[in-house]
Amino acid sequence: MTQAPELPPLHMRRDAFNPTPELRKIRETDGVRTVTNAFGMKVFLVTRHEDIKDVLSDHQRFSNTRPPGFVVPGAPNVPEEEQTSARAGNLLGLDPPEHQRLRRMLTAEFTIRRMKRLEPRIVEIVEAQLDAMEKAGPPADLVASFALPIPSLVICELLGVPYDDRDDFQRRSARQLDLSIPMAERLKLVRRGREYMGSLVERARQQPGEDILGMLVREHGTELTDDELIGVAGLLLLAGHETTSNMLGLGTLALLRHPDQLAAVRDDPGAIGPAVEEMLRWLSIVHSAIPRITTTDVEVAGVPIPAGQLVFVSLPSGNRDPDFIDSPEVLDIRRGAPGHLAFGHGVHHCLGAPLARMEMRIAFPALLRRFPTLELAEDFEDVAFRSFHFIYGLRSLEVTW
Amino acid sequence: MVRVQADRDVCISAGNCVMAADAVFDQDDDGIVVVLVDEVPEGEQDHVREAVRLCPSQALRVAD
Repeated sequence: MTQAPELPPLHMRRDAFNPTPELRKIRETDGVRTVTNAFGMKVFLVTRHEDIKDVLSDHQRFSNTRPPGFVVPGAPNVPEEEQTSARAGNLLGLDPPEHQRLRRMLTAEFTIRRMKRLEPRIVEIVEAQLDAMEKAGPPADLVASFALPIPSLVICELLGVPYDDRDDFQRRSARQLDLSIPMAERLKLVRRGREYMGSLVERARQQPGEDILGMLVREHGTELTDDELIGVAGLLLLAGHETTSNMLGLGTLALLRHPDQLAAVRDDPGAIGPAVEEMLRWLSIVHSAIPRITTTDVEVAGVPIPAGQLVFVSLPSGNRDPDFIDSPEVLDIRRGAPGHLAFGHGVHHCLGAPLARMEMRIAFPALLRRFPTLELAEDFEDVAFRSFHFIYGLRSLEVTW
Repeated sequence: MVRVQADRDVCISAGNCVMAADAVFDQDDDGIVVVLVDEVPEGEQDHVREAVRLCPSQALRVAD
């Protein structure tokens, strides 16, 4: 029987808003060190801003695909055929040129102009959640009533998920990435999620609507298999759901702890753009980019890494590297933090970044204007941070106004 | 005279260049970078250098 470790793996350890000081120690000394990941595998952890950029922009030597026979310890035996179909359409498991082929089919849906067209709908979704909160009255769990539903409803909209299915859909999605749930159960959830996506794809094949799946079927229907469509939809769901929702929860808490900066976001319409970038940097909710595998012997920060090794890049560490930005430990929403690595770097840079930015730019000021007296309804020491998870965030956040 | 070149085959449509310098860069309907000017105006040169630095796929190049 495998026993759950008491502490999450080093690259996931945090103290409230801050990455573990051990990460800083690695960054200031060797730059790269071997650590153990959540599945007990040895990985090379890269911690400096420049090194992370180098790794992420070099897809030839640091690959996203897995060599034949690569297995994660503890993973149940899944038949080869099912593995192949589960991998299809997952952009994060591909290298160029296959990656570029799929990514290019999707980019039209995430242009800045396209996001501006979506803006009124996002405003409606945000206002509806705020209406519901106001009606129910304080106190409220901000995660359940605001941070989770907004990104989830936006991605449902983009994927064309019918209203009646949205509750189930949200519940299932929230659990797939939770590392505290046993792997067998998570795999079951993933399988159920794929079945559901399969039903959406089938519907889109018959009657392509105005959503992303409909667009993919109309424009690229003959080039894409059903497995690829299911994979793309599943990836958009997970990526769009977990990330923005944790930014909204954790970001609100960060602002509540910095009242002068909260006031600026609430009262100055020009403050939110740079504030979102700085919050992305300072919170760095994605612990590590998708692990890369070295395709040849390499050296990072002077540390030799043999071929075939797993490489993790620590985004929180890179984003708090004093060689990248002055006073990295300070949250300063005015500076905007251009060049942060919260969306990654290289060809896998977050496809949904313009959507995530748009959602945050709408949601934070709307929340703070609706409830100008928003405050914590629990002690800061009692706030339930969520650490044993692929994405950092909050389990819940009790607020009042 | 400062020019900027964009490699449209390498572009991954992150949109960072448009955020950094929307007077110089745009995205076409597929999200691929479009350079709007032959010559980068004086006041935009810092923004363009920022865009080059921020481009995740290194698709931009400044030619002085």
